[in-house]
Amino acid sequence: MDELLTEFLTETAESLSTLDVELVRLEQNPDDPKLIDNIFRLVHTIKGTCGFLGLPRLAAVAHSSENVLGKIRDGAMTATPVAVTLILASLDRIKDLLAALEQTEAEPAGDDNELIDKLDAMAAGELVEAPVAAVPDEPEDFDATLGRSLKPGEVSLEELERVFQETSAGDDEEPAATPAPVAAAEPEATPEPAKPVAAAPAPKPAEVKPATAAKPEGGGESSVANQSIRVSVEQLENLMTMVSELVLTRNQLMQMVRGRADSEFKVPLQRLSHVTTELQEGVMKTRMQPIGNAWAKLPRIIRDLSHDLSKKIELQMLGADTELDRQVLELIKDPLTHMVRNSADHGLETPAERTEAGKAETGKVVLNAYHEGGHIIIEIKDDGRGLDVDRIRAKVLEKGLASEADLQSMSDQKIQQFIFAPGFSTAAEVTAVSGRGVGMDVVRTNIEKIGGTVELKSVVGRGSTFTIKIPLTLAIVSALVVECAGERFAIPQISVIELVRAASGSEQKIETINGTPVLRLRNRLLPLVYLDQSLQLREADTEPPAEVYVVVTQVGAYTFGIVVDKVFDTEEIVVKPVAPLLRDIAMFSGNTILGDGSVIMILDPNGIAASTSGATMHEDEGAELARQGESRGEESVAMLLFRAGGGEPKAVPLSLVARLEDIPVEAVEFANERYVTQYRGKLMPLVSMDHGMQIREEGRQPVLVFADGEHTLGLLVEEIVDIVDQPLNVELAAERPGFIGSAVIAGKATDVIDVGHYVAQNFDTWFGEGKGSADGDSASKRVLLVDDSPFFRNMLTPLLRVAGYDVTVAEAPDEALRLREDGADFDVIISDIEMPGMSGFEFATEVRREGAWQDVPMVALSSHTETQDFARGREAGFTDYVGKMDRDALLQALSQTLSMMGDAA
Amino acid sequence: MNSQETDTSARGIYGGVEFITASVGGQMFGIRVLTVQDVLGPQKLARVPLAPPAVAGALNMRGRIVTAIDLRQRLGLPAADREASMSIVVEFKGELYSLLIDEVGEVLAIEADRMEPNPPTLKPNWREVSSGIYRLDGQLMVVLEVDRLLDFDRGVLAA
Repeated sequence: MDELLTEFLTETAESLSTLDVELVRLEQNPDDPKLIDNIFRLVHTIKGTCGFLGLPRLAAVAHSSENVLGKIRDGAMTATPVAVTLILASLDRIKDLLAALEQTEAEPAGDDNELIDKLDAMAAGELVEAPVAAVPDEPEDFDATLGRSLKPGEVSLEELERVFQETSAGDDEEPAATPAPVAAAEPEATPEPAKPVAAAPAPKPAEVKPATAAKPEGGGESSVANQSIRVSVEQLENLMTMVSELVLTRNQLMQMVRGRADSEFKVPLQRLSHVTTELQEGVMKTRMQPIGNAWAKLPRIIRDLSHDLSKKIELQMLGADTELDRQVLELIKDPLTHMVRNSADHGLETPAERTEAGKAETGKVVLNAYHEGGHIIIEIKDDGRGLDVDRIRAKVLEKGLASEADLQSMSDQKIQQFIFAPGFSTAAEVTAVSGRGVGMDVVRTNIEKIGGTVELKSVVGRGSTFTIKIPLTLAIVSALVVECAGERFAIPQISVIELVRAASGSEQKIETINGTPVLRLRNRLLPLVYLDQSLQLREADTEPPAEVYVVVTQVGAYTFGIVVDKVFDTEEIVVKPVAPLLRDIAMFSGNTILGDGSVIMILDPNGIAASTSGATMHEDEGAELARQGESRGEESVAMLLFRAGGGEPKAVPLSLVARLEDIPVEAVEFANERYVTQYRGKLMPLVSMDHGMQIREEGRQPVLVFADGEHTLGLLVEEIVDIVDQPLNVELAAERPGFIGSAVIAGKATDVIDVGHYVAQNFDTWFGEGKGSADGDSASKRVLLVDDSPFFRNMLTPLLRVAGYDVTVAEAPDEALRLREDGADFDVIISDIEMPGMSGFEFATEVRREGAWQDVPMVALSSHTETQDFARGREAGFTDYVGKMDRDALLQALSQTLSMMGDAA
Repeated sequence: MNSQETDTSARGIYGGVEFITASVGGQMFGIRVLTVQDVLGPQKLARVPLAPPAVAGALNMRGRIVTAIDLRQRLGLPAADREASMSIVVEFKGELYSLLIDEVGEVLAIEADRMEPNPPTLKPNWREVSSGIYRLDGQLMVVLEVDRLLDFDRGVLAA
């Protein structure tokens, strides 16, 4: 049966039995507002869910009952026995319908007009006592209302009724617990209003009905409500502990018997072992549920949303079978629903807006769940408009959550975090769907309650991603048991990619690069971590074993090897948190008891990666959320690390490298005073980092191949070390040509080389003038580049030179203006906007104001490329305005500007 | 045992406090009975690398993981074979700890007012974990306070 329907049946059955009791109590205390509220709420819920599930008959009956109850609640009516009886009768009808629903998974045909009419009449105040007489007629009415023969598979209500009657007749002597108060209350209640005698017997059958209908709930009939029971988590926890005990005892027994050749215990013990294992699995399973259960309602919600909001929304759910603890699941269910709703409502644009933005009409919301390093990660991603930082900023000010000065100093990512602040709602107006301002702070609180974190990453125009990370404290994981220096440890299987045996004589062996151990694995260099060293297990001078195993481990995008002495089996383990005293040790994510009863520590690959390589993959758990957001917000760049020309490692953005080649040294030739090699049918110049570097005398020579258009250039290196994915932050600008600067990459000071320099050096001189340029005319054009950032100067100069321009560089507008005074002449000026002292706008105004450069075209370079910036640039006197990182646009703008000038001249 | 009295403190039938005695490095110590969960014989200990020096390891007591604390280390006494030590398991803030000792003695009920303050000459690291001393026949019993012994926030274990 449909999961949703099952849940509905269970829940409604529970509500109904509560209602039976509550209604009778109401009859006795008609003025108790709490009781009325509770009853009203229960009926309202039933109505709501029926409507939601598309069950019109149930919804109609519940709706009319709710109306009557509403009157009672508002004091427009008192809870007379007549009214209560009528409502009870409608509850019975609901039960009947539910029973049919359970059997056939569809509402039975027929209508309830008669009952509804009575309820409505009651609500309208027209009906006082007549209904009671009518109620008992109901069962008989049914044939009439149905008015046709039954379809196959359909069960008539009458028949059901009979079944109920029979069941109840079977054990008349002991009425079920729930109906008891009903039966007790009814006779007392009926005579009270002193109705005509004729009406008196009437409630009788009606009163049987709750009793009989309630029967299947308590009785042995197969009912959905019966197939699941609620058990406290604590009880399951206790069971779990006992089962663990049992497993340990079993293991001990097995150990004892194993020593004897043929013991009479062998067979029964085998059986015991088997049963124990199954019991263990069974108990564990009771706590685990696939996350898909929490998602079951989402497709429907999204469908309705897309309908209500006239948006086209596609919901993708990945990893629905990822299991997590039931308790955790319950707690994240509502936050998840809320976040998905938010993504669809606030995140996604309308089809018209999307088309305008050049996106597909249908917006996407992607849910993705997976295990990672002892955590469950749930991502909620949309490809919508992203968070509008300006609007958030305005809202924060409006709500007084922070001062303007505070906001000024905050990064965009940090400002985005404000959506988690209490009382914040990003929607400009509150819609029916979401945005009541109770949203994200509640979400965050709920997630943090279970020790999780929620992170936000949003790019304007491209969408937002929420990442929920929940620890697996209670979850069962499969772990690889390894040994190092006589101690055993568990590594979560989920982060283990493969195992490699490395022995000094074998094909796979551990090599060292300047003291750093690495493993060459399928043409990739794997950084290694010796577990004994990172855990300080062995004295430093102890001889390492000749044969070791490398556990290739992945944390996020970072792959490394953990070197251990031995590898045992994988085992299913229950992760237990470590004692508070040991919680500071980042190397462990928990501890566990193995099947043989011994305690072992569970290694945390995140912690190991962070503590040894410096390439921190995840911030400390307790780290400030905003900080995390910031560090993730930076675009990370894949950098290729290599060694060449001695000294510190060098790096180059991987995107600039066309290919990595390993050419035999014989293929290196010397021509035109340069090293060249024949590469793909052409001659490729080979350059080295510094002239002192020698080509290897034998073997193979690693080469980085750069390609620019049809030209290729090979850079000779000593060794390719690794590829590291991290934000590139050049901290020290280089003084030497050929380098952009130095940055910390993989925890080491690394020189970032300037590919442009080498390309320029070669294509400019070697291929001959003009050949490497994009435009023949430009060869003679003189360009003045004004930029305070050495990084950009270093990046753009070679680029412009390659394109054939004659480049002069000024570090500041002052310096440029001095050049003007000195009488220098240029064809075009490229200027940065954000500069200390004089800004680019001021510089342009100054240039236009007077002097020799008044008519020289100027191109602005800026990281802000909004329309208003553009307008301001024009106003200040710039001819064109391009984004700083957009090389192609710059070149195009230059040639366009120059040709325009040429035409004008 | 009288329930009304046990509610207030570790008072026994004679209005005294009940202690489990244990010897560590030849010295007799007393631990209040009510804090004690169990007394264990020698156990196999799982080493916890990088842990504070006073942590001897972790052990499995009926399915619960117990952190073993080396009392000798904690009290600045010469080290002994940890795996041969007996231990007294105590609960502190919901967690179980086993205190490694040389030998467990007996359960003693002593009148509370017989407790004497620590002599000022007692080493500071002992005074830190002890609330006083009882003079028994022929020897002195140092009262160990579990909460002080296991108060990690004070950073004493790392010292």
